[in-house]
Amino acid sequence: MISEKHLSLPLSEDDVRSFHLGDAVRLSGVIYTARDEAHMRILGVMEKGDSLPVDFKDSAVFHCGPIMQKNDDGWKVVAAGPTTSSRMNALEPGFIEKTGVRAVIGKGGMNEKTLDAMKKYGCVYLAMTGGAALVAADHIKGIKGVYWAELGEPEAVWVLEVEDFGPLTVAMDAHGGSIYEDVRRNVEKNLPEIKSKLGLKQ
Amino acid sequence: MIDGKLVEDVTVELLRKAAVYLPHDVKAALERSYDDEKDDTAKAQLKTILENIALAGEKGLPMCQDTGVHLFYVDLCGIRDSATISGSEASRHVGKHNVSWITDAIAQGVRRATREVPLRPNTVNPLTRENPGDNTGMHMPHINFRTSDNDYLEITVMMKGAGSENMSCMRMLTPSQGVAGIKEFVLESLVSAGGNPCPPVILGIGIGGSADICTCLAKEALLRPLGTHHHDEKIALLERELYDALKDIGIGPMGLGGRTTLLGVHVEYADCHTASLPVAVNFQCWAARRATARIYEDGRVEYPSHDGGK
Ligand code: SF4
Repeated sequence: MISEKHLSLPLSEDDVRSFHLGDAVRLSGVIYTARDEAHMRILGVMEKGDSLPVDFKDSAVFHCGPIMQKNDDGWKVVAAGPTTSSRMNALEPGFIEKTGVRAVIGKGGMNEKTLDAMKKYGCVYLAMTGGAALVAADHIKGIKGVYWAELGEPEAVWVLEVEDFGPLTVAMDAHGGSIYEDVRRNVEKNLPEIKSKLGLKQ
Repeated sequence: MIDGKLVEDVTVELLRKAAVYLPHDVKAALERSYDDEKDDTAKAQLKTILENIALAGEKGLPMCQDTGVHLFYVDLCGIRDSATISGSEASRHVGKHNVSWITDAIAQGVRRATREVPLRPNTVNPLTRENPGDNTGMHMPHINFRTSDNDYLEITVMMKGAGSENMSCMRMLTPSQGVAGIKEFVLESLVSAGGNPCPPVILGIGIGGSADICTCLAKEALLRPLGTHHHDEKIALLERELYDALKDIGIGPMGLGGRTTLLGVHVEYADCHTASLPVAVNFQCWAARRATARIYEDGRVEYPSHDGGK
């Protein structure tokens, strides 16, 4: 069984540099959702030199488009699992550099440029179980705000108060290591046998 | 009596059942995978999935936040719509009905389910990305009308999330590439999808027909319960061969490695032009949300995908 590390946000560079591939992690504190549209907006705002309504520095960005419900006391989270991170591949290196975010939470992993940016600026990728939206929602204790709601519920930036958020797995570390890269190499190693089982030419 | 109100209510119930409860076959396959998995990280992923499924049932809430776009399959024959049937038995069996009331009732059901279940408002205009907020729009929900000899109206819904749908692919192979070409293409698609479609996945493969037909067949292949095989022996053999070879690829749950990558491989085919060999692959994530309802003429409704009904 893997033992879990419980950490509170904000995270320091030392915190994230001490993570190893395969570590199980849980986070408590404030995290922010951002998907494609929000990433583009945020980078656009920063490029112009304007200030952002939220500060990602030393915090975590959660690739997530939640289901929210509005009632008399405000917003309530219904379901909030991770979305496919690779859609943000082209935007994430710039996002990490400019915002100083320390952790990216998502599913499916990200590309080499993002891995390089993580190594350079001190950031990690924490894999969350895709589709496990209610397990995730169970650890979201409150919604502290929503920005750019006009982008629609999934694309808006939600400010989430989380407690023992996870389970998360360190899948890309701040030293250039990536489970996805290891898996890719392993898959490649398995290909000859699979091809021979299928009667295909090598 | 089958009327618009009943079809609307059934649509809401279908979407609720699909979003909250996995079909029995999928749940059982995930439980088996958990038992068989040896890798720690992989087992932890499957454990979280099973906990999440249980939580969905307890709370009556959607298991995944991506409640997809809504694809409906309506098997028409047998509806006695007195306003549209001229009275001749022949016209009943060729499914000659005015079906626009069904289209309207299903769309209305989708709007209501979006509020009531609730579902995430996912459908947007493809160019402006404007979101009407109720999961309806141009050709959405998408409804495939089919004919059948049933004496009930059957409606099946598939909620298709983008994570797995975005990995879909189709290719026009040349006939000389043959079965080997098909296998290569499936292998290549699975490798390049990696962890993106939320494995463990079900592969839906459509072979033959035309570019559009094989793509539709790949999707329809996913409607078949796990553990079933195509009635054509050659196709069933191909399903087994692909499953047996590809299951050991090592992608693992969520692409983090491990032995559980596939829950099943389903193939559908259509005959095609002598000069072409179209093939398509559609990925279904572990959250294989589908539900089927049968509405009888007296207004009785069964949900065979979820009731354990026949
Ligand atoms: S791929 Fe499926 S399980 Fe994963 S987030 Fe999308 S809909 Fe949910």
